[in-house]
Amino acid sequence: MSSLLERHSYDVIVIGAGGAGLRAAIEAREQGQKTAILCKSLFGKAHTVMAEGGIAASMGNVNSKDSWQVHFCDSLRGGKFLNNPRMVELHAKEAPDRVWELETYGALFDRTPDGKISQRNFGGHEYPRLAHVGDRTGLELIRTLQQKIVSLQQEDLREFGDAEARIKVFAELTVTELVKDGDAVAGAFGYYRETGNFVLFEAPAIIMATGGIGKSFKVTSNSWEYTGDGHALCLRAGANLINMEFMQFHPTGMIWPPSVKGILVTESVRGDGGILTNVEGKRFMFNYVPDVFRGQYAKTEEEGDRWYDDQENNKRPPELLPRDEVARAINSEVKAGRGTEHGGVYLDVSTRMPAEVIKKKLPAMHAQFLELADVDITTHPMEVGPTAHYIMGGVEVDPDTEGTAVPGLFACGEVSGGMHGSNRLGGNSLSDLIVFGRRAGLGAAAYVSALGEKRPTVSEADLEAAGKAALAPFHAEPQPGPDGAVAPAPENPYTVHTELQQVMSDLVGIIRREGEITEALQKLQSLRKRAEHAAVEGHRQFNPGWHLALDLRNMLDVSECVAKAALERHESRGGHTREDFPIMDPNWRGVNLVAHLVPGTNTIELTHKPVPTIRPDLLALFDRSELEKYMTAPELTVLDNPQAAAGEKA
Amino acid sequence: MSYKSKFKVWRGDADGGDLNDYTVDVNEGEVLLDVIHRLQATQAPDLAVRWNCKAGKCGSCSAEVNGKPSLLCMTRMNTFVPEETVTVTPMRTFPIIRDLVTDVSFNYEKARQIPAFSPPKGVAPGDYRMKQLDVERSQEFRKCIECFLCQDVCHVVRDHDDNKKAFSGPRFLIRAAELSMHPLDSNPDRAEFARDEQGIGLCNITKCCTEVCPEHIKITDNAIIPMKERVVDKKYDPLVWLGSKIGIHHD
Repeated sequence: MSSLLERHSYDVIVIGAGGAGLRAAIEAREQGQKTAILCKSLFGKAHTVMAEGGIAASMGNVNSKDSWQVHFCDSLRGGKFLNNPRMVELHAKEAPDRVWELETYGALFDRTPDGKISQRNFGGHEYPRLAHVGDRTGLELIRTLQQKIVSLQQEDLREFGDAEARIKVFAELTVTELVKDGDAVAGAFGYYRETGNFVLFEAPAIIMATGGIGKSFKVTSNSWEYTGDGHALCLRAGANLINMEFMQFHPTGMIWPPSVKGILVTESVRGDGGILTNVEGKRFMFNYVPDVFRGQYAKTEEEGDRWYDDQENNKRPPELLPRDEVARAINSEVKAGRGTEHGGVYLDVSTRMPAEVIKKKLPAMHAQFLELADVDITTHPMEVGPTAHYIMGGVEVDPDTEGTAVPGLFACGEVSGGMHGSNRLGGNSLSDLIVFGRRAGLGAAAYVSALGEKRPTVSEADLEAAGKAALAPFHAEPQPGPDGAVAPAPENPYTVHTELQQVMSDLVGIIRREGEITEALQKLQSLRKRAEHAAVEGHRQFNPGWHLALDLRNMLDVSECVAKAALERHESRGGHTREDFPIMDPNWRGVNLVAHLVPGTNTIELTHKPVPTIRPDLLALFDRSELEKYMTAPELTVLDNPQAAAGEKA
Repeated sequence: MSYKSKFKVWRGDADGGDLNDYTVDVNEGEVLLDVIHRLQATQAPDLAVRWNCKAGKCGSCSAEVNGKPSLLCMTRMNTFVPEETVTVTPMRTFPIIRDLVTDVSFNYEKARQIPAFSPPKGVAPGDYRMKQLDVERSQEFRKCIECFLCQDVCHVVRDHDDNKKAFSGPRFLIRAAELSMHPLDSNPDRAEFARDEQGIGLCNITKCCTEVCPEHIKITDNAIIPMKERVVDKKYDPLVWLGSKIGIHHD
């Protein structure tokens, strides 16, 4: 093995090259650590490019009343008070600096008339808050960070004669296993997709920034890379996954034609004035404003329409409710028989603004519908429906350093959990990436500095095992049938993947029931067995069948965590809706469900852990009447007795 | 609305290969990438193809369809007649890795040669002020999804490997234009760099790049021609030459 293996040694390894990974890598390198970025795709292709709407940051450029405190409150409301409050606080406070920093890297945001960064309205945000570039903000973020890394490499070329002296990108490389030395991480083992050759990265600190898990679902806005690799790698390395039951179904994905089903239709369409109607032409969202939000949304269409021009004196239209509410509302309309021909609802801008304005504000959406669906959105409504979009749950981290339960292992971006509670607000993802990406870079750098010369080492036995596991699909045997008879042929990984997506979409999707989740867990067990017998043909060079067979294991691990947590949580909150427990229950608000491996086994176990308490000074930002909707009576007594609470740790 | 369609797909590696014939089901509303995926899932599990977003936003699935540089995810099957045999080949300008996957490292090397954005001195983060009208010129070029189809089609390098050293290709000429037109970039030498290091003079504005750009960026008209004009201005206008020497920058 060792003779065939390429080895590299770094201070910090970043796995994933989306917004969080790149920002983390920039920080680690600027802190003086020799840093490598490992990514499954080419550099600059990460899923972040798909983000459309913008980056939430309370710069107050469009409405000077905005502040980090308002952003804090909006994010906590959006997450239904299950968020890690320290993460929400750091995020709200630091997002403006991170956005301004992007301008120093060369980003070109849309501008206000006085030349500042323009900010747009979005669901759940009280003020116009999203810095944006038309409807391609994620591409701007990726390109800006990519170009910043190139500029750091140009510095290194001048200083050392080697552009990759202190920061290097290893593209089209998949990590299959983290390797440990005792309790701490010691490296990452993987293969080059191009050649199939194995490679080991030895490093005392690893930052996981692999994004989400959408490819376990049939209808998703996520790209092929979103196979839950980071979630699964961290779980297997001994880290905790929290809040995995909370999956965000974005309310507006394309639904027709079938081949584009799931592709995102940006929330900016609604932020800029688009409305949702059912097949009867009725603007149905007014019927779906839940009690907790009733005071903050318009009661009539007229008021909602006036809000776009006069936000001081009117309330926002309910099309701009948080995503979980809108997705459920669309689901209900379709179920009640008021859906469109292809099983969605209409999202219309054509009757709301002139064609020229639509093309200017939503150019990518205009092109997307014209080129993929033959629909001109300046003259016709779009047909939309919910699509699996974002996992709120993820690796449990320390809010300040992004460190996990495993020494040396850090996580940031979508793969981490806690920041968004039970539901993420649109625009809070891109800001999450740069706020916590930077913090993970700082955290990892500080960890490496503190280690000094005591570097962990990788054992040969672990390498042997990792290599053997990665090659298993080439030697897979047919699975014996229940009666002992040998099946005619080994499993096809594409078939197992398709069935997994069907199970998760049908049984652990947007609306969940006990019986169905139990059935899903049984099916996942049988799929897991079949996946072990998934065989691939041919060679190791750029072999997509082999890649999928390896990714399948991650998708199955993560899907089991989602299903187990979904079964356990007996309430409906944010991205978790139980038909048999339809109420949001204050007794569940304070509970995080934590998935972890029983040591020495492959068994995923679920435990309850309290959600960190909200500091009294942060709690004081809310009206008591609002808190009463979310909290239990004992929790509320803290408000009456702030002295006692001050002694508690936040 | 399903039908069976005939395809010729190039299979092979750096040592050579051939067009292979396949017959694959095609359904209503599908794009070519859907069909390639079906081919992988049912007949050719080891067929190598790059893709990511399947929505025309990441620029990964670049290939040549009936000889034309295209994104597989944005090539709708209803643009062909059902009887037509669709030929899919890898991008010709870059070395083959396997099947439809090529080695595009040329582009990353060129990207690294262009001096990065140079922030304005003495302007603190948060104090950047730019007019929308002024940022729009550069924003057009920042729409680029780096699919490298323009690099693939450009005849300066398409069948002339020997030009690759001296010529950065359309993608990086728009990067030069983007930086040159950035209202706050403080590097005054973008045009000279485009002339001396990026080989802008080799471009004879046939606009092939503009034609294949999936983002409809007017590469030739809005980036390359203005950059060529700047090169000429700076070279022959003594006042511009003097201004650049004493630090007056008027981009």
